[in-house]
Amino acid sequence: MDKKPIIELKNIRKSFPGVQALAGVSLPFYPGEIHALIGENGAGKSTLIKVMGGVYQKEGGQIYINGKECEIEDVTHAQNIGISVIHQELSLIPDLTVMENLCLGIEPRIGRSAFIDKNAMRNTARKIMKPLGLTINPDDFIKDLKTADRQMVEIARAVSRNAALVIMDEPTSSLSSREVTTLFKIIRKLKANNVGVIYVSHILSEVLSLSDKITVMRDGYIIRTLDADEADEKILVKSMVGREIKDYFNKEEQEIGDVILEVSDLTRKPYFFDVSFDLREGEILGISGLVGAGRTEIIRAIFGSDKLEKGKIRLRSEEVEIHSSRRAIELGFGFVPEDRKIEGLMLESPVKQNISLPSLKPTAKSGFVDRKWETEICKEYIQKLKIATPSRNTISKTLSGGNQQKIVVAKWFAANSKIMLLDEPTRGIDVNAKSEMYSLMNEYTKNGGSIVMVSSELPELLGMADRIVVIRQGKVSGILDREDATEEKIMTLASTLKKEEK
Amino acid sequence: MNEKNTFIEKFKYFVKEQTLVFILIGLCIIISSVSPVFLLPQNLINVLIQISINALIATGMTFVIISGGIDLSVGSVAALSGIVVTAIIQPMTGISIPLCVLLMVVLSIVVGLIMGGINGFAISRLRVPSFVATLATMNIARGFAYVYTQSRSIYGLPDAFSWIGQDYIGFLPVIVIIVILVLLAAHIVLARTVFGRYVYAIGSNEEVAKLCGIHIQNVKLKVYIISGVLSAFAGACLASRLVTGQPTAAQGYELNAIAAVALGVGGMEGGKGGIGKTIQGLLIIGVINNGLNLMKVSSYWQIITMGAIILGALIIGQFKKED
Repeated sequence: MDKKPIIELKNIRKSFPGVQALAGVSLPFYPGEIHALIGENGAGKSTLIKVMGGVYQKEGGQIYINGKECEIEDVTHAQNIGISVIHQELSLIPDLTVMENLCLGIEPRIGRSAFIDKNAMRNTARKIMKPLGLTINPDDFIKDLKTADRQMVEIARAVSRNAALVIMDEPTSSLSSREVTTLFKIIRKLKANNVGVIYVSHILSEVLSLSDKITVMRDGYIIRTLDADEADEKILVKSMVGREIKDYFNKEEQEIGDVILEVSDLTRKPYFFDVSFDLREGEILGISGLVGAGRTEIIRAIFGSDKLEKGKIRLRSEEVEIHSSRRAIELGFGFVPEDRKIEGLMLESPVKQNISLPSLKPTAKSGFVDRKWETEICKEYIQKLKIATPSRNTISKTLSGGNQQKIVVAKWFAANSKIMLLDEPTRGIDVNAKSEMYSLMNEYTKNGGSIVMVSSELPELLGMADRIVVIRQGKVSGILDREDATEEKIMTLASTLKKEEK
Repeated sequence: MNEKNTFIEKFKYFVKEQTLVFILIGLCIIISSVSPVFLLPQNLINVLIQISINALIATGMTFVIISGGIDLSVGSVAALSGIVVTAIIQPMTGISIPLCVLLMVVLSIVVGLIMGGINGFAISRLRVPSFVATLATMNIARGFAYVYTQSRSIYGLPDAFSWIGQDYIGFLPVIVIIVILVLLAAHIVLARTVFGRYVYAIGSNEEVAKLCGIHIQNVKLKVYIISGVLSAFAGACLASRLVTGQPTAAQGYELNAIAAVALGVGGMEGGKGGIGKTIQGLLIIGVINNGLNLMKVSSYWQIITMGAIILGALIIGQFKKED
């Protein structure tokens, strides 16, 4: 290719506490080229996009824009130099019309007055949409448009601001197959107009039919970049997985007991449909699937924090109704949510108050907090879980991520939970804390507890889970035993090879 | 690190945590040097009497603000309750003191239950933001007070009615003793009971509280009922102090109560503070107002001071957060 790249990444590095999200990524992107980025969750795709879009600052390496080295300062700066990122959550203002959104910040005025020239605005909007073949009425409100049309408007806006490079993060995740066809037409038009497109997707068939080049990422590295016509699904899946499993799980073989929890036909539209599985005493049941497949929603519903539309939950073969988290806790469930800062911890409160919160009521003496019990239980679990805190009265937010996560776990231990629902239990914590978390899980199951663990990290699932339920687009696509499970099998079950009509 | 260092560290920490205590002491020194009357026992008791009504309202407000909400209706609820109490007790000439006090308490609870219940229901079940819900009930309660009295005051109350507001037990005014008891009870509830913990948990992070099995709606309902009942009782006490039922009473008292709590905590974000902090806020406001009175500054300036205190408290709180 004799064209010059629009943007060239050289050895880009970025890390988060405990994770090397980008470990030296070098990649050129050319005008008029559709370049797909694929990889499993946590491979570093989103981080890479965010570095290019100005959301994150790189920690090392260089970015060249049109051959010149450039520091991308923030989102506005990225837009000014021609990089537009279209995120999964759209950034249009629903209560404004299509044309108002298209002209946001560059409204045409009547003369030099403060008044907006509506006609000029309408014309501008049409001028922006026409080359893309869009026939949306400029006077329609965004909130009245279908998701697909909103996305088109978003793309139109990005292109109209002289974007030389349009980055799309999973653009088809909420579209029907017909809408996807329209989107692809537009993407091809962008390509014809010599705009560069970076296309992030989990759907391999789409990637293969749309893109010119495909780059596979894993663990913050680029595994390979290949031309789309020399790739097929097999090659892609194989490149996406296949890392070594590190030896820090120390999975201990447990005596697996009887079925303790059985769920059948759980449904909550549009998140998950007819989900059935069971959990045995002393078992760790992994739940795998891509981000947005409905994993989190399933365990939230079991915990009673989201409503179920349909389905039965049996606990020790007795049917139970779990209509609130309170009920779930009474029944012996504990829930460690995905985002501990938002849902797991009272950050501004002392460690002690976080640990005791769910069990205050059952231990109270005529309404009064049993402070002696509280102190003892905190001492016990701070020691048992090796929570590194100066004291039990320390404000939780001052502790490290791993220790915060331990507090969240500790509160359910203190509440004597028998079934623990874990959502991404090791996200954002360092390797040591991870390893400790795994031994806690082992210890917990050894004492008769059972665990349902949602995780995006395949090694973690393979290393810890006795069985793995794979969810694809809200449905169970397979349940794998520990002996049979491999990364390839999970990825094949999890990836959508063909887009289904919703 | 040697001993001395840690002592200084500890002292610094103490100063930082207890800024208000030092501000209070500083204020007392300044005011007493300007006006020697300030330190006379009678004047100090005056300070306590002056803050007593606000203290009752601010106690309820402490619950509300810790739970992450706000209650703007407190002043109006106090006025409405003052009207209800005086209107009902006025014809009972020769009523005994215990019976009169009992009646005042019961009527306050009724008025507070109704108004606080409406607030709590709208906020917890209907998910109306507390600011808007209590803004509405603030007008409703005040409106009822006017409608019922046709904007006239209620006079001619029995002798027993003024006992709470004007009498003494020993050297302490009855009202001050009542305030101390209420503050003590509120402190125990907030600091020691499960309910109190839940109030903090909700204000700190509602989502976490929910996932820990706390019945958010019930706790919030109770919080606004507590605020309603305490404001209503404050209204009855105010009427007793003035020996009148006035529909215009307690105008703007919500501001004073919020100021006391915000000053004590250094912010309004919920999950923080407590009765101890509120008392410090109350005393600072009381001492400043008393000082201004002693220096013969017009009461209009006191309104400006109150606004400035809230602003100052929030700014200081913001600085502390950024530290």
